[in-house]
Amino acid sequence: MNNNLYNYILGVADNSLILAQRLGELCGHGPTLETDIALTNISLDLLGQTRSYYQYAAKIKGEDATEDSIAFLRLEREYKNVLLVEQPNTHFGFVIARQFLFDVYHYMIMQQLQNSKDLNLAAIANKGIKEVSYHKRFSSDWVKRLGDGTSESNQKIQEAIDALWRFTDELFDILEADQKMINEGVAVDVSKLKAAYYEEVSEVLKEANIQIPESKYFTRGGKKGIHSEHMGYLLADLQYMQRTYPNMTW
Amino acid sequence: MNIESLNIESHLIPTLETVSDPEIPVLTVLDLGVIREAVEKDGIIQIKLTPTYSGCPAMDVISDDLKAAFATIGKEVNVELVLAPAWSTDWISEEGLQKMEEYGIARPLSETADKDVLLGQKKLVKCTNCGSTNTHLVSQFGSTACKALFKCDDCQEPFDYFKCLK
Repeated sequence: MNNNLYNYILGVADNSLILAQRLGELCGHGPTLETDIALTNISLDLLGQTRSYYQYAAKIKGEDATEDSIAFLRLEREYKNVLLVEQPNTHFGFVIARQFLFDVYHYMIMQQLQNSKDLNLAAIANKGIKEVSYHKRFSSDWVKRLGDGTSESNQKIQEAIDALWRFTDELFDILEADQKMINEGVAVDVSKLKAAYYEEVSEVLKEANIQIPESKYFTRGGKKGIHSEHMGYLLADLQYMQRTYPNMTW
Repeated sequence: MNIESLNIESHLIPTLETVSDPEIPVLTVLDLGVIREAVEKDGIIQIKLTPTYSGCPAMDVISDDLKAAFATIGKEVNVELVLAPAWSTDWISEEGLQKMEEYGIARPLSETADKDVLLGQKKLVKCTNCGSTNTHLVSQFGSTACKALFKCDDCQEPFDYFKCLK
């Protein structure tokens, strides 16, 4: 089994799974019917992409691995998602800020991954990028609407951007195994996306009358499996069925 | 892309036509363009199916429906999910687009026009009830991943618009 490839796929896919789970929590709880449907639609897209990645990863792993065992039976330290996506739905401003900060990044990754030498990954990205472009449009629009809305909405989205900003630097970290995959033309060299990312994010924030945080303090660890305190609770929800009734199917 | 350019054996078409999209029941899987190949090999029907959206929950249902449909003529089916090339709204047949409109879902516009309407810059989507283009976007995300929600400002009818995907 190609361990580097397997780990790389999980690194990309876990972001989508965990964010899908966070958005799924909003099902029936969105602030309006339309945003509720939109957020759960995005959740479904991300979950669909996750399934494609995990199905491929399960094939690489062989043995008894399935998309479900990868999703439900790993321990917290084995999830490789970035810290940003596991942050809670504190209020609507946080939901939108988290989505926006991730979507800009996600879109850039999909763009590059389409050219991967691994044709399976290229196909998933080629399919997914169309969906992600809708996500990015939705979250950018809402950032502008909240930032440029009332003083209260501006204050709330500003608060969320300020709070989540410290998770953005990790997005561009490269692990040793990833570097090998980059060298083989399989993985995306995320370190090269950093400048363009901050430029694009800043442009939208400026348009939305949101101040760009100046803090240089960043938190990292998710990619290495060292998660924030929120992750355990999220997994407890996500894995509840399989942990309570092992091997159950329906 | 039309059905003639795909490797779909003609004797399988009548059965394929009985399977429809669970979310848009007026469209058969052939109208929708999700069947990329259907051939009979050693008595087993091999079907290549492509999803409209990655997370489309209809795919599992369609797979089951295909198996059930061919079971009625005593055939076994093997369904393989393929991702590349990615599905596009261009693959929906003209007949399918007409059926969709009659059903109450506005047809996808061209790529640039689609962007204009989803950004709310132009009024181009035709109301499926009265035909007016005096319509506005309510939400980019509708009842399913492939649709956006619109409302007609003339007859006040809310309706779905099938988003352009290319």
